[in-house]
Amino acid sequence: MSNEFLNIKNLHIHYVTEEGTVKAVNGVNMEINKGETLGLVGETGAGKTTTALGILRLVPNPPGKIIDGEIFLEGQSILELPEDEMRMIRGNKVSMIFQDPMTALNPVMTVGEQISEVIEIHEKLSNKEAFEKAKKMLELVGIPGARAVDYPHQFSGGMKQRVVIAIALACNPGLLIADEPTTALDVTIQAQVLELMNNLKNEFNTAMLLITHDLGVVAEVCDKVAIMYAGEIVEYSKIEDLFENPSHPYTRGLFGSIPNLDEEVDRLKPIKGLMPDPTNLPSGCKFHPRCPHATEYCKENHPEDTEIAPEHKVKCHIYTGQVKPKGEI
Amino acid sequence: MHKYILRRLLLLIPVILGVTFLVFTIMYFTPGDPAKLILGESAQPAQVEALREEMGLNDPFIVQYVRFITKALTGDFGRSYSTNRPVFDEVFARFPATLKLTAAAMLIAIAIGIPVGIISATKQYSALDSISMIGALIGVSMPVFWLGLMLILVFSVNLRLLPSSGSETIKHLILPAFSLGVGSAAIITRMTRSSMLEVIRQDYIRTARSKGVAEKKVVNKHALKNALIPVVTVVGLQFGGLLGGAVLTESVFSWPGVGRLMVDAIRQKDSPMVLASVVFISVTFSFVNLLVDLLYAFIDPRIKSQYR
Repeated sequence: MSNEFLNIKNLHIHYVTEEGTVKAVNGVNMEINKGETLGLVGETGAGKTTTALGILRLVPNPPGKIIDGEIFLEGQSILELPEDEMRMIRGNKVSMIFQDPMTALNPVMTVGEQISEVIEIHEKLSNKEAFEKAKKMLELVGIPGARAVDYPHQFSGGMKQRVVIAIALACNPGLLIADEPTTALDVTIQAQVLELMNNLKNEFNTAMLLITHDLGVVAEVCDKVAIMYAGEIVEYSKIEDLFENPSHPYTRGLFGSIPNLDEEVDRLKPIKGLMPDPTNLPSGCKFHPRCPHATEYCKENHPEDTEIAPEHKVKCHIYTGQVKPKGEI
Repeated sequence: MHKYILRRLLLLIPVILGVTFLVFTIMYFTPGDPAKLILGESAQPAQVEALREEMGLNDPFIVQYVRFITKALTGDFGRSYSTNRPVFDEVFARFPATLKLTAAAMLIAIAIGIPVGIISATKQYSALDSISMIGALIGVSMPVFWLGLMLILVFSVNLRLLPSSGSETIKHLILPAFSLGVGSAAIITRMTRSSMLEVIRQDYIRTARSKGVAEKKVVNKHALKNALIPVVTVVGLQFGGLLGGAVLTESVFSWPGVGRLMVDAIRQKDSPMVLASVVFISVTFSFVNLLVDLLYAFIDPRIKSQYR
């Protein structure tokens, strides 16, 4: 029996619009073991959220469509499942925390109802029992159970996010997808929410896919990291490897754009250029227009994964030996 | 909540004063002498003058208005110039018929508008959506009186299925209520559709789906309640439109309601009758709007917390 919970193979998701086809996810591979946390890092528009929605088969359709690839949950392929069976996975085996807690809760339903709804669906409890369990979930995330009868507008942003977490964890999912769970929150609240999520995850032995663009958050909670750029995972490794030996020029660029407290630096080093237009992605390596080491070869050939160390994969021609880096990487 | 209702009820006073002042002014300045109307064509000028004096028609405008208001406050709207009976009693007797007609039209409008709007929104750009939207366009474009006449032509004259006038049975109600309600149904359809389309894209709908809630329940429970807030507003305003439309519908179908009474009164320059009818209709409309505002509180807890 393998320890693997989620396995994504060669996932492609496109949004087909009148203005053109947005290639949001292009051949993503990903594995998450039980109880493990994978950080998915990348700029806005890199395809992180689309990948996550793909796992739940909730990519808005139209215009979004899963074009190719396979997703396995505990060995079961889910892309061909009928909608009814897929529903029984959502909120139960896999649940999701969304980015903005201010809009993630239904304004006309009490928070208790919103938590108990997911319990009712998946645990076949009566209305009353589910509501009692909802109260317990609220207490678990640090909100008095008596507030279950209150509406979302009566809570602060941080508390709303706790409610969202309570909904996501109510049915004890095997995998929790957290899509930038702290981006919309104050820094002090961010730390609290992260700690809460980490504790609950350890308590229930839940695997987690943490989407973020904050490498600091990744360092704190993740076991493995995937760096995503223009719909592809360009670097994939264990957390220690990535921080000790960031290898892809894009990953290097990400680290270079973080201010360092130990060094006196006048200017930060941002990555030059902008994310490519997803309706018109560059040929070859998608990072080549912004890469300081790019050559003609990079323009024409798409790099495949190269394993530079055990469980450390990079998509870059430097590591296939086809391109010589200009100076230090 | 009680305080809020009381405040709203008190606000009715200036509304009614304003309405009566407007109608009184219009009636005052329209040509035609009520005294002549009462006495008939053959009356002597001296007789007319005597009656004018007796009725206080020679007093200044503002004096006449104040006299009217003071009497109206005690429920005395005066006597009809043409029948010489108290107008209040006549309007009151006719009012249930109008209420029945507008309520039936409103029910038809809601029963068509909300479901069609929901289907149209959840199946956006489908053939069903296009058909509903074209239907809605036709619905708002048809004048009430024209639709009424066409319905009579088809269902009463040609098919001989439904009566064209009278108000005795439920069968008599079908054609007038339908012709009155179709326009509102079209507006409610469009409103429900656009409101639903907006709500269905909200994050909390995605949250509901991510919990494994069935699509039907996502639409009817999570989305609909949120989408209804603007629809309720429109329904309240439409009720006013229906009361106005009833004036025409009642004339077309010879429906014995306040609307037809008012049209006849205007034609005869029967000012007390017109004023009493308008006051009745505007008070009804104000009450319906109050009800709508209270309904918000039941739909939206955010509004409820403001009603204190």
